[in-house]
Amino acid sequence: MIGIISYGIGNVASVANALGHAGVPCALVTEPAELKQYRKLLLPGVGAFGKAMERLRALGFAEAVSEAVLQRETPLLGICLGMQLLASRGYEFGETEGLGLIDGSVRRLDTRGESLRLPHIGWNDLTPAGDSPLLAGLPEDATCYFAHSYVFEPADPGAVQGVTEYGGPQVAVVAKGCVYGTQFHPEKSQESGLQILKNFGAL
Amino acid sequence: MVRTRVIPVLFLMNGSIVRSETFSQYKIIGNPYSELARYSEWRADELVYVDITRDTFTSGHRTDHKVKVDSTLIGILREIAKHALMPLTFGGRIFTLEQADEIIENGADKVLINTGAYRNPQLVTDLAETHGSQATVVGIDIWRDDGRLQMKIDQGRHPVDDDPVAYAKRMESLGAGELLVNSIDRDGTGAGYDLDAIAAIAGATTIPVVACGGCGTLEHFAKPVQAGASAVAAGNIFHFTENAYPRAKRALRRKEVNVR
Repeated sequence: MIGIISYGIGNVASVANALGHAGVPCALVTEPAELKQYRKLLLPGVGAFGKAMERLRALGFAEAVSEAVLQRETPLLGICLGMQLLASRGYEFGETEGLGLIDGSVRRLDTRGESLRLPHIGWNDLTPAGDSPLLAGLPEDATCYFAHSYVFEPADPGAVQGVTEYGGPQVAVVAKGCVYGTQFHPEKSQESGLQILKNFGAL
Repeated sequence: MVRTRVIPVLFLMNGSIVRSETFSQYKIIGNPYSELARYSEWRADELVYVDITRDTFTSGHRTDHKVKVDSTLIGILREIAKHALMPLTFGGRIFTLEQADEIIENGADKVLINTGAYRNPQLVTDLAETHGSQATVVGIDIWRDDGRLQMKIDQGRHPVDDDPVAYAKRMESLGAGELLVNSIDRDGTGAGYDLDAIAAIAGATTIPVVACGGCGTLEHFAKPVQAGASAVAAGNIFHFTENAYPRAKRALRRKEVNVR
């Protein structure tokens, strides 16, 4: 059973719906103490890094999630802002400390001189950059739905397991140990997204 | 590279999907759920639902924070969200952050605000700060007064003086993540998009611009993209032309537009 962390930020209903469509049992978790009941965890999120971290800390989830990952090796999937929160720090409005589960920083997407619009919104290629089981079974021309202006840059390039192309390669999937993250929304990415959610459920 | 999106826009009136023409004549054409099934089958990139039920209150002036979204609409949204595995934008008569919160909580990914943003620009910033600018879509209803580009609010009922291009820039600076530019006088006419307006607004902004209003044939779809739009939206053509959605994508590919 996957526990979807419900902390008032992000569209948990959509995530739960999608997991349902993918045949993966899940439930919303509103109390940090309940996290240990779940074999895997999912951290959704949209909006501002600082606000989300504040909420996670205030509710006690920041500590409980770190404990689940570091002490019990509970697989954790962060989606969109949820992936960015895994970082050591974010630079959205000043510097904010993240969960620090994957070393690296969250910065504004750099389109490297190409005059591309931000936020990066729409369907874009997902190109695997490693052999993470999270991306198993995806077609070569898989596209997923992105909606963001900030990107997570892991300190260890080996943590990047998938990229997309928007002013050069941009991080789309990260993985380190039992911690995974997708910048795009698998719950909104139709069959590619469902496959990824199924894969996470099968880990 | 990110694909150009093709976005069906569905207008809701009193809970039914309606066809509109120049925002003045409406005909019921279906229920929200059967429409959704079709779009899911076609793997539509995104869906936009706009509630255009005429408000009996002084539309646009309700900033009363106790105002909630019509419960029928929330019910429709929840049901749609259960089955839609693509991004959903929901809008129509959204004037407060509380209403926007309700929309997001019940399954929408983005909130579309139009008159709400015009009357209370702070709403744009509040929405962007709470849910992110990628969730903040500002709708601009444009028309031409003897050729001159203008805009209207209150479901196309009230013309205002603002220059739509300057307004678009202002909305961007306040935190809007996307602009849905809808040509009211072309709406339902099938006469084609207002390409000069799209070019002017896209040229003046750095956020994605979605073109809407006027699409009548498959050949119309590519032009707003060539004018700078990141996505093309349409209402009627998807309801009345057989297999229009996949055919629209094929027409775009023939014009070398990068679509999914």
